[in-house]
Amino acid sequence: MKLLYKINIFIGLCLILSGCSSWEPWVQPYEREILADPIMSFTREPSTENHFAHVYEVREGSRGAGSTVGGGCGCN
Amino acid sequence: MKLKSIFPLILLISLSFPAYAVKVGQTAPDFTLSSSAKHNIRLAELRGQVIMLNFWATWCNPCRVELPHLQKLYSQYKDIGFTVLGVNIDKNKTKASKMARDLGAQFPILFDNTQKISKLYSIKAMPMTLLIDRDGKIRHLFPGYKPGYEIKYAETIRKLLRE
Amino acid sequence: MMFDQMQFKTTNTTICIGLLFFVLLSIINIANAAVLAEDRADIMTHYYSGGGVTAQGPALLVRKGNDESYSIFAGYYVDNVTSASIDVEAQASEYSETRDEMSLGIDYLYNDTITTFSYNTSEESDYLSDSVNLDMSQEFFGGMTTFNIGYSTATDTVKRSDNDFSEELDRYRYRLGLSQILTKNWITSLNYEAIAEKGFLNNPYRSARVLGAYVPERYPSTRTSEAYSLRSLTYFDWRGSIKFDYRFFTDTWGIQGDTIELGVNKYLGEKNILEVSYRLYSQNKASFYSDNFSAEMVYMARDKELSTFNDTTIKAKYTYHMFEKDSGFFSKGTVSGSVALIEFEYDDYTHYQTGENYSYTATVAQILLSLWF
Repeated sequence: MKLLYKINIFIGLCLILSGCSSWEPWVQPYEREILADPIMSFTREPSTENHFAHVYEVREGSRGAGSTVGGGCGCN
Repeated sequence: MKLKSIFPLILLISLSFPAYAVKVGQTAPDFTLSSSAKHNIRLAELRGQVIMLNFWATWCNPCRVELPHLQKLYSQYKDIGFTVLGVNIDKNKTKASKMARDLGAQFPILFDNTQKISKLYSIKAMPMTLLIDRDGKIRHLFPGYKPGYEIKYAETIRKLLRE
Repeated sequence: MMFDQMQFKTTNTTICIGLLFFVLLSIINIANAAVLAEDRADIMTHYYSGGGVTAQGPALLVRKGNDESYSIFAGYYVDNVTSASIDVEAQASEYSETRDEMSLGIDYLYNDTITTFSYNTSEESDYLSDSVNLDMSQEFFGGMTTFNIGYSTATDTVKRSDNDFSEELDRYRYRLGLSQILTKNWITSLNYEAIAEKGFLNNPYRSARVLGAYVPERYPSTRTSEAYSLRSLTYFDWRGSIKFDYRFFTDTWGIQGDTIELGVNKYLGEKNILEVSYRLYSQNKASFYSDNFSAEMVYMARDKELSTFNDTTIKAKYTYHMFEKDSGFFSKGTVSGSVALIEFEYDDYTHYQTGENYSYTATVAQILLSLWF
């Protein structure tokens, strides 16, 4: 019962946040000109981003939370 | 007890449906904008024609795909009381004129470069197409564009022309 | 907050709730704002040289969709490697080999949800990797917010080219991301990724050192890690944008790594773009790493990738806008060239000959031709 209640609140919150008719996006669709610009993209050129991500992943201990989904290799 | 835990959910669902500020059935808000035809165009002066009001931008990909389809509809029905008004919202009018020309648009391009009219019409998607009847009333709203929408446009235009 | 095998179950529940959230959001308040990525072909040549290793080759990426509901992408990448790296030099001789990597995937768009399913395979003479990935992205709040969730599963086969040695490892990746438009000039994103590996996790050729003598490395058979990142992109009136990235990494091997990157993108002329960036990375060593153990331990590693080190990168990239038109087969074409210098400095990994802390500078270069159609 407690779980059902929690799920209800969670779903309710989601719906309120997403659907509130009075809730307006503060950047309207017709104001998205700059956001649509290539220099405002996190991955403007995926091929070069992927290559750099690979260069680092092979030589550093950290991996993940980047913009690329990697594969594995035996790179030394 | 089960009803008690579901009731807030039902209440919240009912709040979640979006409402467009510009509704089907209302009179299309009047405006005057400069156009590619060199003179200003006022919406109310075009009453008596079926009008397709299309809001587009050079940076919006679906808008660019849609434009040639709108030109086809324009050339097909313009002689029987139909017109297309392409309201462009770019800040740069020259860029917009050039793109419209390159895409083959011969219908009037209106420049809403301060986005005042977009705000007036509460544009919720890009592109946004509205079909206005001969009495100046908004009859259909088409947010966005996907291939195949032009068929729906044609059906609606024919229906409005027959009235 | 460590992520271990037991927490898989909790994560699975969280992911199920996340998916439920997705489904619910996707059926209400549809703005139809999500668009598929543009159709394009990228042809690239890449080059790396540093620490005795040279890797270069071509890379090809093609994407084609129907503008309406799906977009298919395929990639092919080759690494021609010549390695006389310090690890190799210490115990073997220079070698050359080729690694081929292929990927194939599809994006499916329905209302404001994009589902991506992809397969990736990498093959070289002594290492095979196959992975399958599923990602979903959902836009809401009128396209202001995008929520991403992803899952990958992979199996790698680790071999030796000089004998029949063959072991496997399994890898699972869970991703969550939230990207938010803050103002009409500013977008940010928060990302989380947990990776769990199980199996043979070390390099079969590498040795550890105990009191100066080389012994086989011994690694734990599991490794789980978590990475958190924050990214920000802001546009400025001088027709440019500033990019900021920070990532924090932590794992069950005791490694903690910080990555920070600052970049500036600027339009030169009407459409050409110059990008300059600076990146700093530092990490501390794994708990079972040592340059030279004073006694034999249960786990022993001498991989410089697991040592205490830092690296600094300066990168410059110039994109030349060749053409853009609304007729013809190709609608746009750009060519870009990048060069980067990465300086690695190790605090507790020494050169096997000199005994000094190892360091080297690597050069990375890329030339990319992009064509949109």
